[in-house]
Amino acid sequence: MSGFISTTPAERDAMLSRIGVSTIDQLFEDLPAEHYRPDLDLPPGLSELETWQLLRKLSETNLDLERHPNFLGAGAYRHFVPAAIGHLISRGEFLTSYTPYQPEVSQGTLQAVYEWQSIVCALTGMDISNASVYDAGTGTGEAARMACALTRRRRVLVLDTVNPRYREVLATYASGPDIDVETVPAFTARPDGTLGRVTDFSSKIDSSVACMIIQQPNFLGWMEQVEGLSDALSSVGAILVVIADPVSLGVIRPPGAYGAGIVVGEGKWTGGPVDFGGPLVGMFACRKDFVRQMPGRIVGSTIDGDGRKGYVLTLATREQHIRREKATSNICTAEALIALATTIYFCHLGPVGLREVAEQSIQKAHYLASRISQVPGYTVQSTAPWLYEFPIHCPKPAAQVNEALLAAGIIGGYDLGLEDPALAHSLLLCCTEVTPRSDIDRLVDVLGSL
Amino acid sequence: MSNPTDCRYTREHEWVRKDGDTYVVGITHYAQDSLGDVVFVELPEVGAAISRGASFGVVESVKAASDLYAPVSGEIVEVNERLRDEPDLVNHHPYEAGWMLRVKVSADSSLDDLMDADAYAAFLETVH
Repeated sequence: MSGFISTTPAERDAMLSRIGVSTIDQLFEDLPAEHYRPDLDLPPGLSELETWQLLRKLSETNLDLERHPNFLGAGAYRHFVPAAIGHLISRGEFLTSYTPYQPEVSQGTLQAVYEWQSIVCALTGMDISNASVYDAGTGTGEAARMACALTRRRRVLVLDTVNPRYREVLATYASGPDIDVETVPAFTARPDGTLGRVTDFSSKIDSSVACMIIQQPNFLGWMEQVEGLSDALSSVGAILVVIADPVSLGVIRPPGAYGAGIVVGEGKWTGGPVDFGGPLVGMFACRKDFVRQMPGRIVGSTIDGDGRKGYVLTLATREQHIRREKATSNICTAEALIALATTIYFCHLGPVGLREVAEQSIQKAHYLASRISQVPGYTVQSTAPWLYEFPIHCPKPAAQVNEALLAAGIIGGYDLGLEDPALAHSLLLCCTEVTPRSDIDRLVDVLGSL
Repeated sequence: MSNPTDCRYTREHEWVRKDGDTYVVGITHYAQDSLGDVVFVELPEVGAAISRGASFGVVESVKAASDLYAPVSGEIVEVNERLRDEPDLVNHHPYEAGWMLRVKVSADSSLDDLMDADAYAAFLETVH
């Protein structure tokens, strides 16, 4: 225990005298005074009570999702977070644990990550999952690099119905290794204001393509046509990469069932509040024969010298601390605590509970859509099968509609004009299982009054 | 294990042996022993060109990943597909079943300045 007790003044004086100085400040006398002890011109310190009052006043200027009707999705979703999650992840063993390099003292952490990996595989229909990556965006970038390494090609196709933020991160990941990312149009705007789905990408798929990246459901909320897509890609030796939403996997076919080779996704929203958009956790899974090019940490199950089951970090020779520039990625961490929160969520709800979350989200969103389609001047723009997000065409620009909604105390939808000026009148609306019917009815009333 | 006399050797511990009008390439007993249990061998595609001295692949053990360097220049006409599922052949039979590449070389004389079995054995004394 004595190693954890700080030094006494007498011990400090003895050390200073030993090296020939009399004060600690003398150790820093080579630094210019204006940098060592700069004048920060701070106001006088506040008491704890005054500090608390000031911060509370500042926080009350925030509009938060708990206290206002909210229809904003577009990549960040408010779901119910069971109390068990916060209680369990706050345990010191989980909250403060580091990367489990020493399995003898880390079996708890390793087993928790192994559970996450197992659940990701069960949800996505893939063979192997890693311990997680930072988020779905970087996961998309990593998947592209992995596909290029596996196929030894440099051309990556990505549909423009993939979340624009993920596409920006993908572009960053592609810039270093000289990967050529081509954005493929996946929707059309019709004269009647509805949006149509592009389903034929065959003209884009040839033997120069490493992979095609789709998001299911896509950024606009609808389902991409996947029948025949993985066959078309595998016939030229290319890989289907799917960005999946975990909640949707409670009701739709997993990507593994329709030929995906790599699956990524955002795991944060089923495990924690939206907060300010982070921290996040990226699911990352692949087919067994791709494992040597998979980035990130992997936990494996094994037998110790006494024949007991145990868990270890494994397949480390993929990673950059051994492979150096030949590794697929330089990631050497995971979002273990957030992954644990999401793992607890899935265990808590189980497949039946997850299905109910998805079904409620879908039913509420479809109820909202059917009510909006009765409001003159508004058009529901989705024509393909869709889940819990959908764009509507508004008589006024979406930005103005949102302003009016905010004035009525409602956090509106996502202004699609921010992504494409041609969609300036389109508002992307979202419902989840926590959206009350009364909020939906109120939104419809306010929209009708604009 | 003594090094076969029908092979030539590089300083990076690859061996090459003439077999008809092609050349077979692998890694030596010393290399596999230093690596430990081989778990994966990353080899190039048939038809690819390799260039003497340049890296043509990677051999991975549980503790390390090492580049493989080409002892000759030429075109790869065959790779050992068995290594995909049985990478341990490199450990147990480095000169026979654990072979890695079969190459059609551009010029025959390129083997002469590689070490023969005796020279390689002498070289190994200096690296221990």
